[in-house]
Amino acid sequence: MTEQLHQITVTVNGVTRRGETPARRLLADFLRMDLGLTGTHLGCEHGVCGACTVLLDDVPVRSCLIFAVSVDGHAITTVEGCCDPGGELGPVQQAFQECHGLQCGFCTPGFITTITAYLEENPKPTEEEAREAIGGNLCRCTGYQNIVAAVLRAAEIKSEREAPHE
Amino acid sequence: MSDKLVGQPLVRKEDPRLLRGDGRYVDDLGRGALAAAFVRSPNAHARIADIDVTDALDVEGLVAVYTYEDLPGRIAEPLPLLIPHPDLTHPRTPYCLAKDEVNHVGEAVVMVVATDRYIAEDAAERIVVTYEDLPPVVGIDQARAAQRLVHDEVPGNVAAHSVQTNGKGDAHEAIAAAPHRLSLDLKIERSASMPMEGKGVLAHWDADDRTLRVHTSTQTSTSVRLAVAAKLELPPDRVEVITPDVGGGFGVKIVHPWPEEILVPWAAMKLGRDVKWVEDRREHFISSAHERGQQQHVEVGFDGDGRLRGLSVEIWHDNGAYVPYGIIVPIVTSTQLLGPYKVGAYRVEFTSLYTNTVIVTPYRGAGRPQGVFAMERTMDAIAEYLGLDRLAVREANLIQPEEMPYDQGLVFQDGRPLIYDSGDYPTMLRMIRELVGWDGFEAERAAAAAEGRRIGIGIGAYVEGTGMGPYEGAHVKVETTGEIVVSTGLTTQGQGHYTSLAQIAADVLGVGVANVTVITGDTRRFKYAVGTFASRAIVTSGNAVAIAAGKVAEKAKRIAAAALGGGADPADLELVDGTVRRRDEPTVSIDLRTVAVLSNPLRYAFDEAAKAATQFAAAVGTGDEPGLEATGYYMPERSTFAAGAHGVVVETDPETADIRILRYCVVHDCGVVVNPRIVEGQVHGGVAQGVGGALYERIVYDDAGQLVNASYMDFLIPFATEVPHIQTAHMVTASGVNPLGLKGAGEAGVIPTSAAVASAIEDAEGLSLRRMPISPSELYELRKTRTTRETGKEQVSA
Repeated sequence: MTEQLHQITVTVNGVTRRGETPARRLLADFLRMDLGLTGTHLGCEHGVCGACTVLLDDVPVRSCLIFAVSVDGHAITTVEGCCDPGGELGPVQQAFQECHGLQCGFCTPGFITTITAYLEENPKPTEEEAREAIGGNLCRCTGYQNIVAAVLRAAEIKSEREAPHE
Repeated sequence: MSDKLVGQPLVRKEDPRLLRGDGRYVDDLGRGALAAAFVRSPNAHARIADIDVTDALDVEGLVAVYTYEDLPGRIAEPLPLLIPHPDLTHPRTPYCLAKDEVNHVGEAVVMVVATDRYIAEDAAERIVVTYEDLPPVVGIDQARAAQRLVHDEVPGNVAAHSVQTNGKGDAHEAIAAAPHRLSLDLKIERSASMPMEGKGVLAHWDADDRTLRVHTSTQTSTSVRLAVAAKLELPPDRVEVITPDVGGGFGVKIVHPWPEEILVPWAAMKLGRDVKWVEDRREHFISSAHERGQQQHVEVGFDGDGRLRGLSVEIWHDNGAYVPYGIIVPIVTSTQLLGPYKVGAYRVEFTSLYTNTVIVTPYRGAGRPQGVFAMERTMDAIAEYLGLDRLAVREANLIQPEEMPYDQGLVFQDGRPLIYDSGDYPTMLRMIRELVGWDGFEAERAAAAAEGRRIGIGIGAYVEGTGMGPYEGAHVKVETTGEIVVSTGLTTQGQGHYTSLAQIAADVLGVGVANVTVITGDTRRFKYAVGTFASRAIVTSGNAVAIAAGKVAEKAKRIAAAALGGGADPADLELVDGTVRRRDEPTVSIDLRTVAVLSNPLRYAFDEAAKAATQFAAAVGTGDEPGLEATGYYMPERSTFAAGAHGVVVETDPETADIRILRYCVVHDCGVVVNPRIVEGQVHGGVAQGVGGALYERIVYDDAGQLVNASYMDFLIPFATEVPHIQTAHMVTASGVNPLGLKGAGEAGVIPTSAAVASAIEDAEGLSLRRMPISPSELYELRKTRTTRETGKEQVSA
């Protein structure tokens, strides 16, 4: 009883990727195992921790709760896609380093994607809003304080980088 | 010197890689490897009557199924008892796969190997194991009652029984003779480390080279290597163990070898294929390790100022079904309970008990949070009894700075005397008094009360043995490119060693951190190490790196002196800005990387730089060794003792009993700080776990021994919305035990949190808290007891 494979086409970090996948394969496993994008991590596989968060058409989703076949024809952004076009650290990544917003780094990709999407929605959050924005992701290392700081710092970096050059 | 890198809050070198998604954790490696999955016991206590694998054999993609019967040689023996102790009279350790009997839900019974994890799980669920149920022992009360036994041949379920006294008289007599006496019965519930990445093992057997390469998410790669070699009966030099990026440890990954760390390499050798196993979250809950669960009975005698005359503590410790890691946790509780205090005559007795639950091994703090809870509850109870200020009672009992080093008269977990090396506890309490606003709090309370709000303030102080031996080592090498490569054997799971160890090496060698690459936890690079636990890494490896780098600097000066000529004496040289130069004439200098070239006398000039080092130009003396590199070891005489005090203000809702932390303050002393940014982060993370332990996290077993909250939906790790903003203040009392003056910082934040939060809730509510964690509904119920107490119908403990 060979598993039936399904053809899917997904735009991942701006690049069109095609794959063949069993219907039950999780999006997270498709990204990690089939595409080799191992930046997306699995922390709980039941949708609570948020480490596997990716952007599905720019909206944060848990890739451990979505089948790869169901994103056929859609666009996915992973942590690897959160760098700036030149390859340097993106605003959220840069802010995490500056603010020491990560320790072991395992949950970090889920925070980076979540915050990247959030700042599109709210480019100038208050500290309270920043804390609320990351309220759906677990981190066991940092105590979140420096992640909250990183959200605020990322907003600054983003607006600096997006400001029109003289 | 102000331009030293040690002490600078540098950003971490490791971050860009981790932030881009280029980290490499175990599950990111070994694409195409076979996948292992395990059939685990659904029963807490049962005999295995039959294992039927027939249905699994039809699954396409199945490669192998193994039960205990398949295990050869030493793999079939029980796993090792890692830390034996004379008081551990009845040690029991598990088998790699259960033999005849299971003793907790989650114990591995069958190993399945298949082409991927989905298929391995398909096969695993088709395997039928028939069990004959045995009555389970769940919780400390049942274990103590001993109506049922976990292991038939272990009477009373007692793994270990231990008594220690501090040589300052008979505690019971001192208590009886004291002007005042109190007793308290206390309880701490189970919790767990819960790193975001579970365990994982990848094994590769090179049949041609007869070499086994194992990647494992561990806190000790060197010891896993020796354990795997012993179990698989391979020469240790044929086994390489590499710790890749690790997604948090917090204690649970110091245990080794896990059954999977033996079985996965064994299967890889047997099958001649790479095999990988990555733990899922439920597996982590039911088959790794927990901690914290204890009951305590405290008897204390004291004078009218609250000064302790005698202290007697009995501890009942739930060690789960097996004790592979020995009795470290209750030993740490027994000894570190004393904190910054002089307690008069002290007697501590613990009983470590088997239950049909997951094993109990160190989780960040490793028994200290329980000990500090006992001591600090006692301090608060004394203050309440005497009507004294809680801080004043603590101050009356403090060890004074001039009494350092202070011998507590006990034997610590490393088998050495519990002698505090340094510390200034009166200053520490003064600082926390100011930081948390202790003196102005009554006005704050009154203002809140006027708004119908109920707030309280609490405090918790601790001393933490850190930096224990036996040793760590490091190898430091200057490459001919000028890059400095530092290798140390202990592992990293987020503590920033790639940066802080680079700071230490860079200072000694006069370079920037950008020139230093740190490698940890790879036995191919450094074979001798103990591991990363017990807040020891920066103390032990930090000093080892300084020692090794110091040797390299001396060698660089010898070679440079010869190369510079002009009668330069090595002692007149210094390493600055990537050069070796004369102190008195800095323009007379040579690049460190050129010295590296010269350090290796060559016969063959393979490039331009190498020309300078051919035998006709060599600067290395005949008595020296080639290569600008050295190995150094640091072997501490004894542990260093860090300390801290936490102050917390909570608000409790008069109606719903919701508990909110309004203010959280930390005074922290870990001696000389290598990287303040990293230390601060360690403190934050510890406090967050402490808040979880105080208010949210508990492992819950039902009467049948089922772990009923084995998911992140039900085991409540705090999110950002539950962790307060943390204000920190640092003080430095340098350790005299090691050359750099360091003490460890990894566990600090979590240690007094439950004690401090309990103190604050008591203060807000005016009732006695004797058990943690506490939920709003438990506080709600406790309030009913207070009503009873006020009407005189029932005495609450103490």
